[in-house]
Amino acid sequence: MKFGIVRFPGSCDDIDALQAASRVGEAVLLWHADHDLQGVDAVIVPGGFSYGDYLRAGAIARFAPVMSEVEEFAREGGLVLGICNGFQVLCEAGLLPGALLPNVSLKFVFRQVELEVVRGAGPFTGGCEAGERLSIPVKHTTGRYYAPDVELDRLEAAGQVLLRYVPGHNPNGSLRDIAGVCSEPRNVFGLMPHPEHAVDPLSGSADGLRIFESMRSHVEQHVLA
Amino acid sequence: MRARVLVRPKAGILDPQGQAVERALPALGFDGVSNVHVGRLIELDVDDPERLPEMCERLLTNPLIEDYTIEQ
Repeated sequence: MKFGIVRFPGSCDDIDALQAASRVGEAVLLWHADHDLQGVDAVIVPGGFSYGDYLRAGAIARFAPVMSEVEEFAREGGLVLGICNGFQVLCEAGLLPGALLPNVSLKFVFRQVELEVVRGAGPFTGGCEAGERLSIPVKHTTGRYYAPDVELDRLEAAGQVLLRYVPGHNPNGSLRDIAGVCSEPRNVFGLMPHPEHAVDPLSGSADGLRIFESMRSHVEQHVLA
Repeated sequence: MRARVLVRPKAGILDPQGQAVERALPALGFDGVSNVHVGRLIELDVDDPERLPEMCERLLTNPLIEDYTIEQ
């Protein structure tokens, strides 16, 4: 199982994502200007401030050379995980529904939040139980998940909402407390919390590993098998 | 040709920036202000203004959350 972590100018969680993925498999960095995914089994678009987040968070990064390969990889069913800025990039690229808006508080939030697993199945949360809680940190200014009401109804009915903030833990005003959504075919997943910062009890929680472990199990069972 | 693109948050989407400005004005004695929204102005020189709508749809705005008007 080989993870590829995209590095844009302005990425800052790429090394943490690399370290986290290395705990469950092999992991390499993918340079934004290359058209080469190096044969990886899953792509992670990490957090940070890609291309300075100029214009809108993620708006310019989606046109990076490597993103055309990532989009093709996703279309073919490859696993793509977007964390924080990576989530924003995937929404801007149209690989995930919705958009991320500035936090209702207009402030940068940086804290541990409790998440509820809405769906304990599929490539990203297959190793979790529905209703289970995960403790994972958030750190962002633009994390308010938005989609029109009819789209939110559709996402919920289709089981595309994988993670929610537990009541009282919504740090940004996300509609319906949504913390993470996946694409309709379920192979692309984006979330604002940072599972790569929660992979060792030393940092307060190792719950984030569950996401990476779920991805590895999925790839080993469905792709490499 | 010089063009201006005015970008606004879509109606109905919570606009905390607009709300913050709306609350700040009365504090300075400017009463009677409501419906404040904060958007963005993009000015650009373009050879072919007919391509402006496509620029807006693909990069300058996110049509899911923003409306725009083009002034030439």
